[in-house]
Amino acid sequence: MKNYSIWSLFRNAFSGHCNWPQALPDVAPQDQYDAVIVGGGGHGLAAAYYLAKNHGVTNIAVLEKSWLGGGNVARNTTIVRSNYFHEARGRLTEQALKLWENLSRELNFNVMFSPRGIINLAHSTAQLDDYARLGNAMTVRGVNAELLTVGQIKQLVPCLDTRPEARFPITGGLMQRRAGTARHDAVAWGYGRAAALRGVDIVQNCEVTGIVRQGGKVIGIDTTRGRIRTPKVGICVAGASSRVSEMAEIRLPLENHLLQACVTEPVKPILNTIVTHGLFNFYISQTDKGELVMGGDIDGYNRYSTFGELPPLEAAIRACLSLFPSFSRLRLMRTWGGVVDMSMDGSPILSKTSLDGFYINAGWCYGGFKATPAVGQVLAQMMATDETPELAAPFVLDRFHSGHIIAEEGKGPKPWLYH
Amino acid sequence: MLRIPCPYCGERDRTEFTYGGDARVQRPADTDHIRDKAWDDYLYFRDNPAGEHREYWQHSLGCRQWFTLVRNTVTNEVLKEAAANPGSGP
Repeated sequence: MKNYSIWSLFRNAFSGHCNWPQALPDVAPQDQYDAVIVGGGGHGLAAAYYLAKNHGVTNIAVLEKSWLGGGNVARNTTIVRSNYFHEARGRLTEQALKLWENLSRELNFNVMFSPRGIINLAHSTAQLDDYARLGNAMTVRGVNAELLTVGQIKQLVPCLDTRPEARFPITGGLMQRRAGTARHDAVAWGYGRAAALRGVDIVQNCEVTGIVRQGGKVIGIDTTRGRIRTPKVGICVAGASSRVSEMAEIRLPLENHLLQACVTEPVKPILNTIVTHGLFNFYISQTDKGELVMGGDIDGYNRYSTFGELPPLEAAIRACLSLFPSFSRLRLMRTWGGVVDMSMDGSPILSKTSLDGFYINAGWCYGGFKATPAVGQVLAQMMATDETPELAAPFVLDRFHSGHIIAEEGKGPKPWLYH
Repeated sequence: MLRIPCPYCGERDRTEFTYGGDARVQRPADTDHIRDKAWDDYLYFRDNPAGEHREYWQHSLGCRQWFTLVRNTVTNEVLKEAAANPGSGP
């Protein structure tokens, strides 16, 4: 009965769906583990799952200070893509995309991955040239990308204002057809349940208060539910990365910022692909329930709160209406925010540290969700073998000393300008 | 909406200002003789505090002056009046 299937659905229908087994048992932490992952979001749960599945390390715990999947995994706009220019970012997200394509089957849990494609709009011929360059870089890596004409875009997205007299006339676009969306909560639940079935302890309401060290090595972790002995700690805590690393006397090249998103009331299907604006940082898609979910820029100054301001939302909605005038009469149903850990070059940190047994996965800025499955695999490999996997090599913390920074946008050490 | 007290013009909406980041990081003085690590620390590494944060702002849609402000990153409360400090910026 552990497997969800058409038969289990059928059987449980007879008892009015009252006897489903608990998907995630509530466990108290033991006092010793082979490895501990801090953060019960998408990245942490995925890492735990792959540690158990790929490396046979099952005496592990995921510690979550609040509830499973309550952080950024449930606050993003659900977009999954691998259309990066830089090889390092491109390869990691492409590895993730390959895993996304089979994730529901892998986890025996419907994550509702929907490869509906993403269109990056261009508003000038120069921008179209730039997209051609990006598309070529992707193609060289074996990742399909297509340049679209205005006519093709109009066919794909009829509600888009493609008239030459539009506020920001569209000159074309770049399409990655394999990109798409996934049900973000299901990703956390799916990984959590699959990890629990393999013997991983998922401990909620358990906050880390200290990293216990001896002779340059991790020997344990202090929590609000007591001390746990463990030789390995991996952190996947997004906005809490600086705080938790501080407990290990490690300073990070990160700043916290606040990113908002919003959804409209649900309407009938009108937008069957993801669209991004070419001049503003704006992205929109339609959920299976019919809501239009969209986001824009961060609030733009250091912030440790999920309660944002109106101006960034107004800017996103202005960008939205310049592309889709017909959306002006939709009502906004909900807005929310998340604390994102913006890194100094806009790229993530996936790295061993100067402290033996302390592994950092942080600095994902806005881009953490799409990478979830690959990050889980790579972090699991790093923690199991204590070596840096090839996909993680460019993202080491040491790059800020060696000068090998990965700035997809090249804005210098100003995290509030990255995306 | 965050309101920022410009030391030259008074309190204005945040949308009139440009952010300039952490103002506590000190550019190493003796750049001819500093070690790489000291330079990297200044350039890239931050305390990222939850709470009091001294930061640069520029009144870009007003008097164009840079100044520093102490703000609480959790509550957005401005803790200390901005210090007028002509010629100083990030």
